[in-house]
Amino acid sequence: MITVIAIVTDGLVYAAWLFVVAIGLTLIFGVMKILNVAHGAFYAFGAYAAATAIGLYFDRGWPVAGGYLAIATAAIAIGLVMGYILERVFLRRVYGRDEVVVVLITYALFLILEDVLILIWGTDGRSAYQPYTEAGSFTVGGLPLSVYDIGLVGFAGLLAIAASYTIKKTTFGRLLTAVIYDRETAAAFGVDVSRVYTVTFLVGAVLGALGGALTAPKISVTPGLGVEVIVLAFAVVAIGGMGSMEGALVGALIVGLFRAGAVHLIPQLELFSIYAVMALVLVFRPQGLFSRAQPRKI
Amino acid sequence: MMTGLRILLGAAILGGLGAAAPFTPLWLISLVTLAMSTGLVVCGLIILWRGGLVPFGQALFFATGAYTVALSGRWFGVTDAFLLIALAVIMAALVAFVVGFLLAQYREIFFAMLSLALSMILYGVLVKSETLGSTDGVNVAQASFFGMKPRGPGYTFALFWLALGMVFLAWVGVSAYLGSIAGQLAGAIRDNEIRVEYLGISVTRLVHLKLTISAALAGAGGALAALSISHVDPQMAYWTTSGGFVFVTILAGAASVPAAFLGALLFEIVRTIAVALLPGGWQLILGSVLLLTILFVPEGLGSLMIRKRATISEKGAA
Repeated sequence: MITVIAIVTDGLVYAAWLFVVAIGLTLIFGVMKILNVAHGAFYAFGAYAAATAIGLYFDRGWPVAGGYLAIATAAIAIGLVMGYILERVFLRRVYGRDEVVVVLITYALFLILEDVLILIWGTDGRSAYQPYTEAGSFTVGGLPLSVYDIGLVGFAGLLAIAASYTIKKTTFGRLLTAVIYDRETAAAFGVDVSRVYTVTFLVGAVLGALGGALTAPKISVTPGLGVEVIVLAFAVVAIGGMGSMEGALVGALIVGLFRAGAVHLIPQLELFSIYAVMALVLVFRPQGLFSRAQPRKI
Repeated sequence: MMTGLRILLGAAILGGLGAAAPFTPLWLISLVTLAMSTGLVVCGLIILWRGGLVPFGQALFFATGAYTVALSGRWFGVTDAFLLIALAVIMAALVAFVVGFLLAQYREIFFAMLSLALSMILYGVLVKSETLGSTDGVNVAQASFFGMKPRGPGYTFALFWLALGMVFLAWVGVSAYLGSIAGQLAGAIRDNEIRVEYLGISVTRLVHLKLTISAALAGAGGALAALSISHVDPQMAYWTTSGGFVFVTILAGAASVPAAFLGALLFEIVRTIAVALLPGGWQLILGSVLLLTILFVPEGLGSLMIRKRATISEKGAA
């Protein structure tokens, strides 16, 4: 019984993290049809920025609550700056070219940013555990639960609701849906597609950075942490269906629970389980669980 | 199809290189051998590339080939270089044949990212398992050539000549494949798959075949690299290794097979210089050159040559 509870809680926490990372990736793909490999760099920069912010903040002995604000501010700031530069300077030049070419551009940017990261922060690992330990923990049925982790799950839940509300109820969300459905028709009806692209990319970048920033207190922040994330986030998005928000949520839950199950029952298969479930889903639904039907172009 | 003259010319060039080996510094020979191993992998990438497929995980097959060489030597005492390479090619092709049932269903970014995911699984397995050497990797025993066991500089020469032979075979084989009907269909697949299906050809099976051929070449490249470096480690399956292959393909362009080898040579030279001068900046340089190439020379450096040739012949016609 206790193993089941542990699997469910661990799975939910992991799913929450995956969802925050994957929703940015799937949003950018859905709207702009760009598989943004540099999303991993947003994540890594977010983690480093948060670790630095936490270090600076807690060294001064300021109240703990503000530390969480520091994390969020650092992530949003770095996400906006990087997103703006990448979109304006590089991606703008390649809109409308082959999807694979655009992937290669973001891949090249990712390579560059990985080294820039090391140039800025060096190769040594950093730890910024204060927000995690300060949040405390309690035990349920003999199982320790961290308040920070619960907060993470809550945040992911709020994010899911907010995303769904924005897309279904607000004007921007409706414009977004129009652009997702057909970019050219939307432009013909007077939608400023270029602005929608910029805003989408900035939001996606901030979400990626936020994913990294929220993880920073739980791990040792080291170079190369962006790579694993982009592959994992892709797995989540592929399971859910590229470009689908519901898909990202369901994909994150599936991967999260599967991985937690593997960690508790057969630890050697941890990494393998994620790709195994992805392969399984794709065998039966090659375009993911929540994909829209595509017209055949003859 | 290639004319007999071109084959003779190619053989003459490669033979000349082989004859020049004893008068060349050893480090340069090792570098060229390594570049040829990359070139073999890139040859395979060209086959996929022409069909509009970009594999981000070709290191999966490269590492399979390299580890096959290392482990056949360690577990079964196989030392014959020709046998080792044959085993590596077979293993890599076999892996591709199996994963091909899944991969061949996909195109474009799905294909790219799925192959990346598969190569990262192998990386994860290699890093985690002690029997496969974990992060330290495995040393490769010195190979023998039909019972002969050259040592010292002789070994480097022998590997170099072996590499030249492999390059010749790959060049003739890949050119023949690209000229065949199956190879020519690549462009048609890229343009419009459904039309190809309407011609009564199974695109999935064709992609599966292309994947298996390209994996065999990647396995050969991995085997050569393993013999040349005398060591294999999980880094060979890592995504940056795959990235390097894609990089050379973009740099050289998918237009010609010799361009793949020249591109690979350029890549190794730049890497050697970059590692010496800017140890931490390798990915930075790689990414920047990649970015500039895609933005300004989208068909690859090989295309500059061809474009020039085309303008000259147009002038001649006029």
